[in-house]
Amino acid sequence: MVQTRSAPRLEPLIDRIRCDGYGICAELLPEMLELDDWGYPIMASAGVPADLVDYARRAVAGCPVLALRLRAQPAGQVQASLVPARPWRDRVRSAAGG
Amino acid sequence: MNTAGTSLDLLSGRSLAAGPETHDEHVARYGPLPGGGGPNDVIERLEASGLLGRGGAGFPVGRKWRTIAQRPSGGAVVLINGAEGEPWSAKDRAVMSVRPHALIDGLIVAAEAVGADEAVLYVGSGHRTARKVMTEALGQRRLPLPIRIVDAPERYVAGEESAAVHFINDGDARPTTVPPRPFERGIDGQPTLVQNVESLAYAGLIARSGGTASAGLVTIGGVPHAGVREVELGTSIGEIVSASGARREATQAILLGGYFGRWAPADSAWDLAYDPAELRAAGLTAGCGVIRVLGGAECGVEMTSQVMAYLAGQSAAQCGPCVFGLRAIADATERLARGMARDDDLARIERWGGQLVGRGACRHPDGAAGFLASALLTFGDEFQRHARTRRCGDAGRPARVA
Repeated sequence: MVQTRSAPRLEPLIDRIRCDGYGICAELLPEMLELDDWGYPIMASAGVPADLVDYARRAVAGCPVLALRLRAQPAGQVQASLVPARPWRDRVRSAAGG
Repeated sequence: MNTAGTSLDLLSGRSLAAGPETHDEHVARYGPLPGGGGPNDVIERLEASGLLGRGGAGFPVGRKWRTIAQRPSGGAVVLINGAEGEPWSAKDRAVMSVRPHALIDGLIVAAEAVGADEAVLYVGSGHRTARKVMTEALGQRRLPLPIRIVDAPERYVAGEESAAVHFINDGDARPTTVPPRPFERGIDGQPTLVQNVESLAYAGLIARSGGTASAGLVTIGGVPHAGVREVELGTSIGEIVSASGARREATQAILLGGYFGRWAPADSAWDLAYDPAELRAAGLTAGCGVIRVLGGAECGVEMTSQVMAYLAGQSAAQCGPCVFGLRAIADATERLARGMARDDDLARIERWGGQLVGRGACRHPDGAAGFLASALLTFGDEFQRHARTRRCGDAGRPARVA
């Protein structure tokens, strides 16, 4: 089989209804996931870097409610909902002067 | 000049107070619904019209119809979304209550264009007049497909499209994890065209004669003459609210798009054109068509507190970030509004608000986050003042007392 150079990137997907905030994913994949004040994961980036794929798979396997999975990311397409929300905060900060 | 498709023709004519337009009156105004032309012609007209959905998300109507029409095989369902759970919106009820046949035209056109063999009218259970008028009007028309009326629960999220499909299928009006989206797998597993009432009524008009989607319905509040109006897209927001009695010097800010919408200071909103695409370019949204004027004597923090409390209470309570995040934000905002803020409440609201986006099965947290972000921008000074002095307004009037 020929390995194409542009293998599709994987993106983590969280089923938010299933997720119960165990937080194991963030423990196993802290490079990509952090937890909010109630223990629910926040995605730090949309695509899994190649060197983290094994860790990402381990995080998927570690979720006790099977709420985390990896999906091949369509080329050139970033899920808007997975883009980190930082611009929001920056806008608010600068406007609120705080 | 009133050329076909460019006139304000959904609510023009007979006054809204005069009750529902009969089928005869409807035909006298528009002529009979032309048959033929073919589904593709209709979809091309819709695409060319630029009509965007009027339920809130603003998805292009023609593209949605084409996606469903192009399925390889099998049936499809048209779901008319008249849940209208948005507290400040009344325009879908107005269409159903006074222009039922325009909506039915839209249904017939949609059913033919996408090849649907079943339809559902999903109408908010509190909207009794709308339901009654639609039931009678549907009985007077010969429809190419069976339709049933389903009463939508009176919950904000019940109108979200996956929640609507979930309720009709299983009696549970909570959103589901997408994909699959309703256009892929909806009612009874069939591809389902979910279309807001206003969108479908305008689609029916555009299907007749083509033209540009140049009018829209708004529900204006916070003004002396509140209510539903049909406006020509591109009219300035100041002109629209002035016609309802608002005065610029007495206006502090304007909310566009309802509870999932955006606040803008009166000075920056007044001369903006009310047009979905232009509003989006300005970082605002037409959303579901709600325009709420905030008067100079009203408090933006207080208003934000009330809306966030409502949205927290209306969470479907399925996803942790929405359940806990919205509740915490609502509580902290209420403390600010009441002059009981804790030292870090404002900073926490900013942080929690930023974390909501994209973290629910549906867009409820996203909608709330957008509202909150715009409130923090528009009422930034007021939020700071509440946080620092625990008092409300320039005059130092005390914050709301419980």
